[in-house]
Amino acid sequence: MGRNQLSLTLPPFGATQIRLLEKVSNAQAVSGDESDVRKIVIETIRPFVDELKVDALGNVLAIRHGSGETRLKVMVAAHMDEVGLMLTSEEEKPEGFFRFEVIGGIDQRYLLGKSVKIAHQDKFGVIGTKPIHLTTPEERKTSVNIDSMRVDLSGYTNKARIGDRATFATQFQRFGDCIRGKALDNRLGVVALIELLKQPYPNLDLMAAFTVQEELGLRGAQVAAFALNPEMALVLDCTPAYDLPLEIEDPDHLPENTHYNTKLNHGPAIYLADHATLSDPRWIAHLVQTAEENSIPYQFRQPGGGGTDAGSIHLQRSGIPSVSLSTPGRYIHTPAAIASLFDWKNTFYLAYLALQSLTPDILNHER
Amino acid sequence: MKTSEIKSILKELTSTPALSGHESALHSTLNHLWSPYLDEVSISRVGSFQALRRGTSTQPCPELLVTAHMDSIGLMVSAIQDGFLRFTEIGGIDPRLLPGQMVTVHGKRDIPALIVQPPSFLLPVEFQNGIVTLHSLWGDCGLPPEKVNQQVAIGDLVSFDQPFLEFENDMVCSPSLDNRASLAALTYCIYELVNRQPAWDSWFVASVQEEETQAGALTSTFQILPKLAIVVDVTFANSPGTPSHKTFPLGDCIALGWGPTVHPYLYKTFQELADQLEIPYKIESFSRRSGTDADSLQLVAHGIPTMVVSIPLRYMHSAVEVVSIKDIQRAGRLIAEFIAGLEIDYLEKIKWDETN
Repeated sequence: MGRNQLSLTLPPFGATQIRLLEKVSNAQAVSGDESDVRKIVIETIRPFVDELKVDALGNVLAIRHGSGETRLKVMVAAHMDEVGLMLTSEEEKPEGFFRFEVIGGIDQRYLLGKSVKIAHQDKFGVIGTKPIHLTTPEERKTSVNIDSMRVDLSGYTNKARIGDRATFATQFQRFGDCIRGKALDNRLGVVALIELLKQPYPNLDLMAAFTVQEELGLRGAQVAAFALNPEMALVLDCTPAYDLPLEIEDPDHLPENTHYNTKLNHGPAIYLADHATLSDPRWIAHLVQTAEENSIPYQFRQPGGGGTDAGSIHLQRSGIPSVSLSTPGRYIHTPAAIASLFDWKNTFYLAYLALQSLTPDILNHER
Repeated sequence: MKTSEIKSILKELTSTPALSGHESALHSTLNHLWSPYLDEVSISRVGSFQALRRGTSTQPCPELLVTAHMDSIGLMVSAIQDGFLRFTEIGGIDPRLLPGQMVTVHGKRDIPALIVQPPSFLLPVEFQNGIVTLHSLWGDCGLPPEKVNQQVAIGDLVSFDQPFLEFENDMVCSPSLDNRASLAALTYCIYELVNRQPAWDSWFVASVQEEETQAGALTSTFQILPKLAIVVDVTFANSPGTPSHKTFPLGDCIALGWGPTVHPYLYKTFQELADQLEIPYKIESFSRRSGTDADSLQLVAHGIPTMVVSIPLRYMHSAVEVVSIKDIQRAGRLIAEFIAGLEIDYLEKIKWDETN
């Protein structure tokens, strides 16, 4: 299919999707406790899928059958969970101050002085800090350990409990093409997958997995892939953009940031290799070809560390050819990430068009 | 005044950033809250909000000053590189609080932004494993460089973007509670005095620039030349990790200042009054300066007998300062009762023992 034919049939991706993104970004789903997002996912996709179930770990598995004679079974996964905190013990005196542990990779330098919201309760806490007036200049050069931080929930009589989870209390915000919010990793992928499910794919059985516990080591996807038993898998995620300027100390020697991973506003990022997966070359070629033919901007995520659900999916059963496609996000795993609507929209369109043009024939080529 | 009313006043007062040197946006809020109950309102040359409640005395009326600073800490854009912003501080800010802090850049219009710490490999070697100074943090508006250059300029103010949170137990959390909590106490005091007949003229001043130079209180004191001054500010409330001997329990008491900036006789009056009204308090002793506007205004002209009343506040100079409404009520009530009960000849009692 050429570009002109497709431009007529592209599904809408705009204000409605941004509203849904706002809703799921503000919802709380710390790894192991994904119910709030799961609920939104299920109620949104139910009218569009033929099979729907929640498995033993809490993954949402949904299948939309194609109408064609021969159909390829393709799993598309997006993790629902996000990084957060768990309250682990309460101070005896004064009451209402909780120790906590982080769930998923949060840099402790992003915690001080931030407000958090307890999951499933209308309670806000703050991660307190010693006033600058009572610190020494030496102290201010030292990182505060999580062990000495507390979540202050002393404002509530009906107390929070040990084991309660919390996320940053960030509210989603949009400014032009820029979106700022918590958990954009991976609510960007969740909404894109929801939207993919709304469309028919004659040559595919589209097997959607909204997975749990990705941030704890790609755990939900492992059992989801076993259950769905697909022939191929595409993972939609959010990957860091480290495209910040370098410190310029010597104006005659301008250094270059060569470890940007991805760049904002350069389109969706196709994975070649990360710490967990060597992407299937047939998938890569198909994505690149789809992007080129339809003039969709794309970039390659710089090969290197990190991992997505593809890491556990591609090893399932007798092997599942997999690839990941991510929307770049700056500062993911902090109180707020920044991403670009341009990149997100094009992530969706690239995934949509790649699935539309995918046929069982792709597996006839050698890897 | 009900707790809920004070909360909504505090919410209104904290909704305007009013960084030091740029406080005028708060004038209309104060005008709306105060002027219906006061006799005269003026703005000083440097922008302090001054309001007078006339006394009943027919003799030449002695004047009393009650002041709380209205400015708050924040940041200012100091450089722009490739669409990213650098900052300098207004007031004292611990840079360790800033990574991940959402802010509003007050450019040609208000732009949401985020303060971030660059990944290690982009930092100078000395910062790669630890804490980054303010000068190496970036502000990211998520906009292309050309848009940032159109909208933002060096010198633009940057305020914390953190919503006002209401906890139970009469506690609230917001940026700028230092020192809007004290302005709420002044508001409480003004309302308490509506049906009272104080003999003295009382000036209520919301002073500017305390966090940097204390320029507002200093100059308004010179203009008004009060016979007595009461400075209301916040002090440190205790929380895990703070030294207990330098902090006060939150929601349990106010602090009465004691030290060289406080006149001992005024202190004695406040202490006795608090005892009589059963308002719980603790002594905040400062061996040298108080760290409030009192340090400068005490030295105006021939010198002013000064008192410092403080409201405990947690996490001072962060975006998540916490105060208890109860403490605001206590401070407001104590000052209102002081003003209402001030005898016309009170000054004659303020004498150093040695001259008696």
